[in-house]
Amino acid sequence: MQIFKYLRGVSLTLLVAALLSGCDAVVMSPSGDVAVQQRDLLVWSTILMLLVIVPVIVLTLWFAWRYRASNTEATYKPDWTHSTVLELVIWAVPLLIIIALGAMTWVYTHKLDPYRPLDRIDASTPVPADLEPLTVEVVALDWKWLFIYPEQGIATVNELAAPVDHPIRFKITASTMMNSFFIPAMAGQIYAMAGMETKLHGVINEPGVYQGFSANYSGAGYSHMKFQFHGLSEADFQAWVDKNKASGNTLSRDVYKELEVPSIKDPVKRYASVDPTLYHAILNRCVDPGTVCMEDMMYHSGHGKQDADSAEGHDAHAGHDAHGGHHE
Amino acid sequence: MFENLDLTKLIFGRLTWDAIPFHDPIILATFAVVAVGGVAMLAALTRYKLWGYLWTEWFTSIDHKKIGIMYIILGLVMLLRGFADAIMMRLQQAMAFGDNMGYLPPDHYDQIFTAHGVIMIFFVAMPLVTGIMNYLIPLQIGTRDVAFPFLNNFSFWMTAGGAVLMMMSLFVGEFAKTGWLAYPPLSGILQSPGVGVDYYIWSLQIAGVGTLLSGINLLVTIVKMRAPGMSLMKMPVFTWTSLCTNVLIVAAFPVLTAVLGMLTLDRYLGTAFFTNDMGGNAMMYVNLIWIWGHPEVYILILPVFGIFSEIVATYSRKPLFGYTSMVYATVVITVLSYLVWLHHFFTMGSGASVNSFFGITTMIISIPTGAKIFNWLFTMFRGRIKFDVPMLWTVGFMVTFVIGGMTGVLLAVPPVDFVLHNSLFLIAHFHNVIIGGVLFGLFAGITYWFPKATGYKLDEFWGKMSFWFWLIGFYFAFMPLYVLGLMGVTRRVSHFEDQSLQIWFQIAAFGAVLIAVGIAAFAIQLIVSFRRREALVDETGDPWDGRTLEWSTSSPPPPYNFAFTPRVHDLDAWWQMKQHGFKRPESGFIPIHMPKGTWAGIVLSAISVACGFALIWHMWLAAAVTFVALIGTAIYHTFNYDRDYYIPAEEVERIEAERTKVLANV
Repeated sequence: MQIFKYLRGVSLTLLVAALLSGCDAVVMSPSGDVAVQQRDLLVWSTILMLLVIVPVIVLTLWFAWRYRASNTEATYKPDWTHSTVLELVIWAVPLLIIIALGAMTWVYTHKLDPYRPLDRIDASTPVPADLEPLTVEVVALDWKWLFIYPEQGIATVNELAAPVDHPIRFKITASTMMNSFFIPAMAGQIYAMAGMETKLHGVINEPGVYQGFSANYSGAGYSHMKFQFHGLSEADFQAWVDKNKASGNTLSRDVYKELEVPSIKDPVKRYASVDPTLYHAILNRCVDPGTVCMEDMMYHSGHGKQDADSAEGHDAHAGHDAHGGHHE
Repeated sequence: MFENLDLTKLIFGRLTWDAIPFHDPIILATFAVVAVGGVAMLAALTRYKLWGYLWTEWFTSIDHKKIGIMYIILGLVMLLRGFADAIMMRLQQAMAFGDNMGYLPPDHYDQIFTAHGVIMIFFVAMPLVTGIMNYLIPLQIGTRDVAFPFLNNFSFWMTAGGAVLMMMSLFVGEFAKTGWLAYPPLSGILQSPGVGVDYYIWSLQIAGVGTLLSGINLLVTIVKMRAPGMSLMKMPVFTWTSLCTNVLIVAAFPVLTAVLGMLTLDRYLGTAFFTNDMGGNAMMYVNLIWIWGHPEVYILILPVFGIFSEIVATYSRKPLFGYTSMVYATVVITVLSYLVWLHHFFTMGSGASVNSFFGITTMIISIPTGAKIFNWLFTMFRGRIKFDVPMLWTVGFMVTFVIGGMTGVLLAVPPVDFVLHNSLFLIAHFHNVIIGGVLFGLFAGITYWFPKATGYKLDEFWGKMSFWFWLIGFYFAFMPLYVLGLMGVTRRVSHFEDQSLQIWFQIAAFGAVLIAVGIAAFAIQLIVSFRRREALVDETGDPWDGRTLEWSTSSPPPPYNFAFTPRVHDLDAWWQMKQHGFKRPESGFIPIHMPKGTWAGIVLSAISVACGFALIWHMWLAAAVTFVALIGTAIYHTFNYDRDYYIPAEEVERIEAERTKVLANV
């Protein structure tokens, strides 16, 4: 029976390997530089761990076979319970692997920190000094996605677009539920939470249409909380912006209040113009006229306010905007 | 204010006929089956006049062995419910593609995955682990019962009470639609105004009382009641891992109680701990629940590591390799399990340094865990391994668990987690360690100690069937989920558009069917073994040539476990006693002081369930009455001074003489 198990182990490994190379596993063959690096990290970590996992599996099956009770030829040492050398080895080998993996983790967690502006477009191209990232403000509504382009002055529901090879800076919040903003082909996910802002930097390197969705369960409409992400050439992106502008719709606070009402499977909506204070109001939970913005509430009770955007890197993390008195 | 008083509302709260899900044929059919089965069982109990026997010998018993068995029965029964949920999900996901919406509306599907998680962790894994600990710890450390025998009975009934309340939600009202950890804001009163989350809260709070008290009880038992000579470093490994688990329970469960308490205040009294507005912060809930939740994982797995350690040594016919490093590995895991909780939400936006810290601490846990695997490996090395069913589970575990460990470390690398978090890869990972680790270990343990508890062994053939169907079924059910995770598919989705995913879900559903056969084989094994109990009988009390003290008693052990408290000189005390030609004492018995059974545990639990039900439905009058009754009954019970009795020396002598006679014939 051990033989069967061994064969099964081998065939399983082969099967998984064949699958991963063959089918379109988006995590394994992404189209954005950040996701590519995350994929590489996944592969290298796996290889590093297989160094110990494979021998353990082989030894388990081998020892199980070799020292079966019916095999009286095998050595039997009924009192052997300790070996200092072996014990050193069995603690040291995993330790060494974890030291290597830990170092890799430290370096790449900082390098691939979603809050960190990109410094390269792909493996061979650094970001040109004069190229400003495209800003997109993302609001997870129940159960649809609102994308506001403050620089272009437009907004869309359930459709996102960006020029290829152009870094994108996402500022992410939510109306009520906790969701997770995820475009696997582009970069890893980050939570979208009400009253708080999270950030994500990414870039898409190949033109195409990619799937985006919420990766954190948020209630009845969650399964359909999807959108399409279009990677476009600069010219096509401009045309896409113009198409939104041609829609003639305005996303005012009143329109937002209607949009915010929970709904499922919403079609794509386009807005030619957006109330410029809307995103800030959503984030600070003061879209309704007459409500005090959280930021101002915090200003009076906290230690003062810092502008989230002025704080680079790690200090601008979740809850920053909502918790005005954030230092360091 | 009294002119607005509505009597119906005061009595029934928000409970109306609408709460009974008449509209749902699946639930109605389930209810019909449960009702028919329940009535048949009650009728059978009455017909065979078993009520009195059950009441005096089991329900009110404070014997740790009987309580342990009741825990295990509870866990196995709830496994059926939890698995029914699992196979419903698998079916839904295998069907619901494109125009086909499947057979479950989101409203029902969302309750099912929530219930599945809650049941499997709180009402399957926990009772099974607690049951085995309860049964074995006193026997392994050579004592007659746990430190607080009444508390033990009370703990069991509170756990069972939580399970009952949770099961009520199936037919009266609804269960939470929030996922098994009920993150706010989704679980807040604004987003989930129904009774589902309240069922969740109160069933976990009631069961949590039981878990915490049982943790304290077993902790004190191990620390204070070991047989003379059993120093800490001479304790059996299972006792060691149980000690660490109970330390974790005592330190972690109060956090769960507190965080659910705060959620309760948010929902009932309008406080703002975790709300979006008024200064609440849902991130606090997520942190707190995982400060309980991560140790919880080790609460489940550590005793199982102990079970495997006992089994691998017994069936390899060698002492455990590296006992000392095994103990230190367990202690290191215990401590580290408190330093990793944040890895459950790297994607919440903590800084890179915080994420790296928690990622690396998580990886460090794999070092002692790896050492444990190697220790089992080198216990097998140069052994004489007998492949009885428990050993099959052990080898199956070692191969399966390392794969789950590997994917776990992968998820601990924050940038990798960003692409795999909440995906089916994560689902595959934790089922890989919970099924491949905890469940395999529990089945191994149940098979291994079954003859000790019942006096007869389990049937080999059906045991092997169960093992192979579980093992192969597991791979079919969860390997496709790893692949789907890499394809970017997230958990808790009830409908898909992309047809290319369907084949993987169908393979997974096939795997679930294989597991169903494995569960059925286990049930058949129990029945077949019971019918063949004459042939499978164990008269020695030591059917596997065991190494620890529980095997020195008869199968099943007498109520007092040991006529004389054993003296321990070495690790593997019973093995050493056998090596040195130990002779059972056959005379000189003295009366044995024992605790007496009591009605208080089951009654207090029943009142707690009633109180929980009243609170769920906002029946304020009933809630107040049952709460007062609960406190009153507890106080009344403290005046019961009739709590102990002596087993006369003649009785002990009679029981022991009988055993001498049986042993002479073996």
